[in-house]
Amino acid sequence: MRRFALIVLLAVLTLPAFAVTPDEMLKDPKLEARARVISQELRCMVCQNQSIDDSEAPLAHDLRVLVRQRLSTGDSNRQVLDYIVARYGDFVLLKPPVQLDTLLLWGLPPAALLAGGIALVFAARRRRSAEAAPAPLSTAERDKLAALTGE
Amino acid sequence: MIPELGHYALVLALGLGLIQSVVPVIGAARREASLMGLASSTALAQFGFVALSFAALVACYVTSDFSVATVFENSNSQMPLIYKVTSVWGNHEGSMLLWVLILSLFGALVAAFGNNLPATLKANVLAVQSWIASTFYLFILLTSNPFLRLANAPFEGRDLNPILQDPGLAVHPPLLYLGYVGFSIAFSFAIAALIEGKIDAAWARWVRPWTLMAWMCLTLGIAGGSYWAYYTLGWGGFWFWDPVENASLMPWLAGTALLHSAVVMEKRNALKVWTILLAILTFSLSLIGTFLVRSGVLTSVHSFANDPRRGVFILAILVLFIGGGLTLFAWRAGALKQGGIFAPISREGALVLNNLFLTTACLTVLTGTLYPLALEALTGAKISVGGPFFNLTFGPLFLALMFAMPFGPLLAWKRGDLYGAAQRLMAAFGICLLAIGLSFAIEGRTSVLAPFGVGLAFFVMAGAVTDLAERTGLARLPPAAVFNRAIGLPRSAWGTAIAHFGIAVTLLGIVGAAAWGTEKIVAVKPGQTVSLSGYEFTFDGLKHEPGPNYTAVIAAFTVREGGDVVGTMRPAKRSFSAREMTTNEAALMMRGPSQLYLSIGDEEAGGLAIRLYYKPLVLLIWLGGVTMMLGGALSLSDRRLRVGAPKPAAKTALAPAE
Repeated sequence: MRRFALIVLLAVLTLPAFAVTPDEMLKDPKLEARARVISQELRCMVCQNQSIDDSEAPLAHDLRVLVRQRLSTGDSNRQVLDYIVARYGDFVLLKPPVQLDTLLLWGLPPAALLAGGIALVFAARRRRSAEAAPAPLSTAERDKLAALTGE
Repeated sequence: MIPELGHYALVLALGLGLIQSVVPVIGAARREASLMGLASSTALAQFGFVALSFAALVACYVTSDFSVATVFENSNSQMPLIYKVTSVWGNHEGSMLLWVLILSLFGALVAAFGNNLPATLKANVLAVQSWIASTFYLFILLTSNPFLRLANAPFEGRDLNPILQDPGLAVHPPLLYLGYVGFSIAFSFAIAALIEGKIDAAWARWVRPWTLMAWMCLTLGIAGGSYWAYYTLGWGGFWFWDPVENASLMPWLAGTALLHSAVVMEKRNALKVWTILLAILTFSLSLIGTFLVRSGVLTSVHSFANDPRRGVFILAILVLFIGGGLTLFAWRAGALKQGGIFAPISREGALVLNNLFLTTACLTVLTGTLYPLALEALTGAKISVGGPFFNLTFGPLFLALMFAMPFGPLLAWKRGDLYGAAQRLMAAFGICLLAIGLSFAIEGRTSVLAPFGVGLAFFVMAGAVTDLAERTGLARLPPAAVFNRAIGLPRSAWGTAIAHFGIAVTLLGIVGAAAWGTEKIVAVKPGQTVSLSGYEFTFDGLKHEPGPNYTAVIAAFTVREGGDVVGTMRPAKRSFSAREMTTNEAALMMRGPSQLYLSIGDEEAGGLAIRLYYKPLVLLIWLGGVTMMLGGALSLSDRRLRVGAPKPAAKTALAPAE
């Protein structure tokens, strides 16, 4: 059910065309390969959670062409991404940048792993010390022991 | 008449549900057998009425009764019978009815097969199950009634969304629902245990088969959905980290953790509080998934605000059960006694580590899924969290977990010997290094990381085999003794090894398809040949063919390998007139565990646009899922887990110690 909701959305939001089409592709295979890598990092802004590389929407087509234009003029991958982010904002990046308002997003998983790990280490220590040092005898027990051993 | 009957049956189910929500709890508190016994009868009757209601809806679809609004909107008289049936749950209202059908089915199963449960526990479990069911009956009746009539019945229906006209719809949603609705049983058991304030190893033994059953269905459901998306969406992706997929992955991760922690509780009477918490969280994640998908909050925070009726209702259910469950947990968990001391390096320790990684992985997915929504709601800032984020965060966690996996089953309970386990894994390490070396030799230039992925997959597979070899004494004993020990081994031991093997198979498929796949996007004219990874594809031409409720454009390609014809591929596009939509039917050809994948686009000046892929090992992704499911099934058939099975006889005492 979950997935077909996705499929429905894709169907509704996209035209029955193709994602990357033959006429968009660059002649230079190295440059084209870089374009594909960059395209997978960029979100198709009018789709739900699709990269421009996968999307058939016209806007994704425009962005793919833009990426290829920038690459052809000699931009590095970083420069292309920066150029597109400057125009469309962080929303276009499928991997959000690490900044103040995404600190929790990036920080929570490692923090949880660390906290869980530390908690486990402490629990193990507590268990070990509990095992190693049994509670001292109470006065009543001591008396009983004394009576038994006859001291 | 039939829709009214269905509607009325659902109302009756709600009535029974309300009775079952209250009376058994009172009975359990007063220890009155007659009040407690009522729960079993109402649970069975409830299922009967929901099934009747569901059957009525199916009848409306099969007979194309377009006077019913949902039938008009989602069906068509020209559709093949199978799609008339599957379109019952191809929409919001019907899918919610399927949801409660499965929920009441599980309640009925507990009522029918839970005879070995203590009477009070059974009564409380069924009552809690009924709390959930009643709220969802109410949800359907008040906001999502599938039986609403139209004043003037239209002559023809609007058709099911063409993309859903696929056998996948017959399999994927029911399995997925069996999966995550099935976790409601674990939740009900946890809440019942908290109400009673008593929990012991037997509790874990009662809960495990239900959890295992749900987990198996969910595993198969996710794998099936992934394959469906793979062949239907036309570009050969198999996982997209889409929020709706994450919604099913989260209960799977938490459910997997629950399965493992319940083992510790059952065998060693430890981790009780944690297991209860996981049971509550697993079903909570199922509810969150339902909320995410059904409320429309995913499309945009604003679309949720525009039509909040359904969303707010599910949100209320969510708050009620998650909040209520956790509050009860916080209040009563202190009363549960902890037991079973173990050293950090032990089977228990390994399972705790497993839980740490699985829950962190689950938290990562949850954060990534909800963060954009929360951020936009709170600050208005819009960000996207997609595949690249999850690959970077979830990926390492899961790989680390998989590396640790072969060690766990080789460690003894209470106090294990890590060095000894590592020694016994030497052969597995050897196979791992060999696999890495071979991968580098064959495909080294294309990807640096992939050979290590292959190595890890082989390490885990060899580790699973090592586990079985150790238990059966393969290297030490004569064949006859090995055979006897293999027969005598608990089926759950086989299940563990096979399921662990399965996840490694999946990893191998992912690495193969992602790292070494090749593709070509070109335009072809009839007679033209394109080659890819040693295969040659000759475009023979296009033809048009009418289907039952669509017309298809089919392209024929002859495929050759080394000059010999190995078959033809016929990718197609179907145009559905009722909705003016087109679907893409990719053609697949199996080459062992690898596949050739071909889909067609538009006709352009240069010819017909085609996308051509060679996907090495891709089939292993789903075969691994099926293997995991089979491992679970084997575990489920274990004597000690069979519901109502007597305690193992003396014979099993001779089986090797675990």
